[in-house]
Amino acid sequence: MTSDTPIRTAPSPSGVDPAEAPPRLSRRSVVGLLGAGALAGAGITTAAVIAHDQSSPAADGVVPFHGTHQAGITTPVQDRLHFAAFDLSPGATRAELVSLLKAWTAAAVSLSQGTDVGPGGAVNGAAQKPPSDTGEAYGLSAARLTITVGFGTTLFQNAQGRDRFGLAASRPAQLADLPVFPGDALVPGRSGGDLCVQACSDDPQVAVHAVRNLARIARGTAVVRYSQLGFGRTSSTSTKQETARNLMGFKDGTSNIKAEDPAAVDRFVWVQPGDGPDWMTGGSYLVSRRIRMLIETWDSTPLAEQERVIGRAKGTGAPLGATTEFDPLALNLTDAAGAPLIDTDAHVRLAHSTSNNGAQILRRGYNFVDGTDSLGRLDAGLFFLAYQRDPRTQFVTINTRLAGKKNDALNEYIQHVGSGLFACPPGVRPGQYLGHTLLG
Amino acid sequence: MAHPQYDDHPFAALVPCQQDSPGRVHGSRRSSPVARASRAAAGIMAIVAAAACTPTSSANNSPAGHIMVKAGEKTCEVSATALNSGRHTFTIENTADRVSEVYIYGAGDQVISEAENVKPAATRDLIVDLPAGKYQVACKPGMVGSGIRTALTVSGPSIAAGPADARLQASVASYRSYVETEAQALVDTTAAFTAAVRAGNIDQAKSLYPAARTHYERIEPIAEAFGDLDPLIDMRADDANATTPFVGFHKLEQDLWESKNISGSGPTADALDANVKKLQSQIPTLEITPITMGNGAKELLDEVAKSKVTGEEERYSHIDLVDFEANVDGSRAAYTSLRPVLAQRDPALVSTLDTRFDTLLGLLSTHFSHTGDAGDIPGSPFVSYTALNPAQIKALSDEVINISEPLGQISGELTAK
Repeated sequence: MTSDTPIRTAPSPSGVDPAEAPPRLSRRSVVGLLGAGALAGAGITTAAVIAHDQSSPAADGVVPFHGTHQAGITTPVQDRLHFAAFDLSPGATRAELVSLLKAWTAAAVSLSQGTDVGPGGAVNGAAQKPPSDTGEAYGLSAARLTITVGFGTTLFQNAQGRDRFGLAASRPAQLADLPVFPGDALVPGRSGGDLCVQACSDDPQVAVHAVRNLARIARGTAVVRYSQLGFGRTSSTSTKQETARNLMGFKDGTSNIKAEDPAAVDRFVWVQPGDGPDWMTGGSYLVSRRIRMLIETWDSTPLAEQERVIGRAKGTGAPLGATTEFDPLALNLTDAAGAPLIDTDAHVRLAHSTSNNGAQILRRGYNFVDGTDSLGRLDAGLFFLAYQRDPRTQFVTINTRLAGKKNDALNEYIQHVGSGLFACPPGVRPGQYLGHTLLG
Repeated sequence: MAHPQYDDHPFAALVPCQQDSPGRVHGSRRSSPVARASRAAAGIMAIVAAAACTPTSSANNSPAGHIMVKAGEKTCEVSATALNSGRHTFTIENTADRVSEVYIYGAGDQVISEAENVKPAATRDLIVDLPAGKYQVACKPGMVGSGIRTALTVSGPSIAAGPADARLQASVASYRSYVETEAQALVDTTAAFTAAVRAGNIDQAKSLYPAARTHYERIEPIAEAFGDLDPLIDMRADDANATTPFVGFHKLEQDLWESKNISGSGPTADALDANVKKLQSQIPTLEITPITMGNGAKELLDEVAKSKVTGEEERYSHIDLVDFEANVDGSRAAYTSLRPVLAQRDPALVSTLDTRFDTLLGLLSTHFSHTGDAGDIPGSPFVSYTALNPAQIKALSDEVINISEPLGQISGELTAK
């Protein structure tokens, strides 16, 4: 895969080349060793071990944080999500924004390695001080945690048209505000945000821990505007992954861009030199949509109608008229009566690249269930996350085709209630901070 | 930050005289946001030494060594304008016909200390440590404007910083003085409130309720140190059960605002009076340490987060913003007492706390109410909690969260090394 390849690992505090350093310990192995009394025997203090803890890759599921691109985009999709949008505080300055991003980067390095945040971590700080790490991931592995940071449209120019951080001139044309789509029922409190953090992990507690600690670090500079938990990845970004099902019971993301197709990734996901301002080269644009599913209505819909609406067989995921999941869409096949096998308003037909000038997006969404609403209906759906090189020709093109009563048949069962657009800058090397290409 | 409606500045070097403390007539309802901001930006050069009541309102009888300030309608007479560096007691007499206040400003109008809400003919002592430098005394009749200014020149050697232990002792003494002042004001304002209840005067009782609540909420962690007293004074209806009857402030609040019937409230009023007096009487036995002060500063903001910003505590009267500000006042008083020590140990923390207290109190001040405003509650400087929209509540909550992190660092700094 093209992303997440470390340029080099972080230097160890001792200055020893990490490749020659002794094997590192994860939170889990630290706890295990402490339990066995091994550390005391070796004469090493717990604090020293934690400070040096950078974990061995693979064994504890560490996805390298450093790289050409940010992790968490083409990284094989983890099982769990905690996504948070932040607003900068009313009086926040550019210098404070830079400090925040530096602090987030440092914390993200630790978190990605499965180590505690801050000098004392969860349990080794001064007794009279609040621990620098909140502690709920103490003893857990990194569980493939990735932290991906993005800059919202309002960071460049807020709703009042103010350029608070001197960034308006750096706003890429690709970061144009999304149009209002027919049928949108966007809730302001679940939309937008100056910054976003996407934390993905195979362990929900690890993902929550990451957002919680980053939010804590932000206090005084930025506040959480909204956050969203997700589970049951609804897309695959690797050919090695099974296609998962969304809450409608259908396989979702079958024809997603896969990391194993570097040409497609470069063409559709990573911002290329010359696309716009240099600071975004190697980055990607994220569109988030909180898509509420009208679950109760859907559940009482006949199977044939469900399959007609989606355009795929519910069991196999095969396009209607085909036999296996990865068969191409038979968009031109008709039945004996001349009706298309994949209906003219079926979701797969309208969403497919052939209907959208070849546009594709890298989907990375998650299911969500936030309990029930005031009427006792499941507050559930898809937290849609899509990465792309240019939202104007990708997400906007596709969703223009889909949105509205006259388009996607699925619209009878879904409603877009939240929306975000973020510029996720390129990855960083050790010593650099996320966003340095924009703010440095 | 005190509200002038109630009394003095709570965290500067000011201890009011008893005759000027309770149930005073109000002048202007509030200090200006500018005054609040500049006051909050001030350093903590002012350190409370002790309370002192001046025995007279006549400058001719000024106690030896005191500097007399006659705060008139058009004049601001200061008996000595060239001083040696060190501790000074300013005895302020309001000779105007309306409520006044007196500030001592340093360079750039930094507020060194202040006496707010001094009634006509009343006197007040202000005890201030003044290093060498240029100062101004400003008298503000009506508590508005930049004041009538008189220059002060202080010269001499700089005040030696004492050893850390001595400064921590001064911090504790300063905060204890604040607690004692608030406890006295609590007893007095509660007595005025309960008298109105016993007299059956619902409107008057309602208008006196916020002031009494203010003084309780400023020292809430102190009351909580006496485990049995806090519930008797401050329990909610949910805390009551078959064996624990609903009593205290909130029972009277319920009687006044919800039942609108105080015909049977007399015993509750009597018990409340007795309990706040008992609280006051126990304060001398209370051990106050820098750590308990640091923790108290944090606990007060925890209170805000839990029961004020949610509108839970004052569920019948909806004066939650009064409690909110009082908790913040009390937190800042504890912090300010510790500030000289903290400033040496962690200047960045002090800078952060100063800024975030300013921001929080500044945001609160945007919810001041005027008579006739929607959400105005007689006796409360703030609008009703029910007049806030969700975005306003979130903004307040954000600032409470923002200040809680650095507040949580105080105790650790005090014990480091």
